[in-house]
Amino acid sequence: MKRLVQLVSVNNLSMIYYRTSNTPHHYSTSRSLLKNTPLKMSDDDYPKPVETAMRTKLTEKLTPVHLDIINESFMHNVPKGSESHFKVVVVSDIFNDLPLLKRHRLVNEILDYELKNQVHALSIVAKTPEQWDASNKNVESSPACRGGFGK
Amino acid sequence: MIAIKNIITPSINLLSRTNSVTNGCFFRGIAQKVDIDKLVKNNKVVLFMKGVPEEPRCGFSNAVVQILRMHNVKYDAHDVLKDDSIRNGVKEYSNWPTIPQVFINGEFVGGCDIMLQMHQSGDLIKELEKAGIKSALLDESTPEDKK
Repeated sequence: MKRLVQLVSVNNLSMIYYRTSNTPHHYSTSRSLLKNTPLKMSDDDYPKPVETAMRTKLTEKLTPVHLDIINESFMHNVPKGSESHFKVVVVSDIFNDLPLLKRHRLVNEILDYELKNQVHALSIVAKTPEQWDASNKNVESSPACRGGFGK
Repeated sequence: MIAIKNIITPSINLLSRTNSVTNGCFFRGIAQKVDIDKLVKNNKVVLFMKGVPEEPRCGFSNAVVQILRMHNVKYDAHDVLKDDSIRNGVKEYSNWPTIPQVFINGEFVGGCDIMLQMHQSGDLIKELEKAGIKSALLDESTPEDKK
C-alpha cells in the first residue's frame, strides 16, 4: 500500500497532501483516486481501435452468426498492446456459395484499410453456419513466430 | 593542380553512383510485373515466403514449407525478405495482402490458411494432380489401405 501511494504521488503532486493527512475524508479521496490510476496496464486496458474497426466492418458486411477477432500480436516480437497480428473467425450465410479462396478474398477486401495500414498478419477461418456446426468449433492457434517481421 | 583533381574526382564519383542507383530502381519498377509473372510460371509449384525452406523466418511460411515437404513436392521458393520488389510485386500480382503465397501451375492457390485447409481436406492432392504432380502422401496411404 505504501508503494502505491508513493507511485501516485509521483504522478500527481497534490496527492502528497492526502498522504500526510489522516482524516477519513481525505483517505477515501485518495483511495478512489488510487483506483482510477492504472499502475500496471493489463492487456484489457490497452485501447483496441483496430480490433473494434475490424469487428464493425465484418459485422456490417457479413452479418455473421459467429465472429471472433483474436489478437495474436503477443505471440510476436512487437510492443505490448500492439494490434498487428490477428486471427478472424467468421461464420456467415454469405459464404454458402463461395469457394474458400473467394471467402478469404472477401474478408481481405473488407479489411483492406487495416491490412494496408495497421495489420501485419491476418489468419482467416471463414465457414458457413453448417460447416461451423459440424466442426468442433475449436480453432487451432496460429504457428509460432520465427522472427521474420521484415520491417 | 593535384589538389584540384582531388576535389573534383570524388564529386564525379558521387554523381555517377547516384545515377546508377536511380537507374536500377527505375528499370526494376517497370520490370516488376513481368518478373513476378515469369517467377510464377517458372515451375509447377512456386512459393513466396519469408526466409528460405531450410530456415523459414515466419511461422506461417514454415507451415506451408512443412505441408509441401509432406507431399514431397519440388518447388521454387522466393524469399520476400530479401527483395522488396518481389514482396510488393507478388502482393499486387495476386491481389493478396499477406505472405506466404503459393502458386500451382501459374495460378494463385492461397496463403497458409488455405494450404492448411486444402491439405486437411485432401483437396491439395487433387490440385497437385491437376498439375501432373503425384503427392507422396498417396504412396504412403496405399500400404495402409491394404492392411
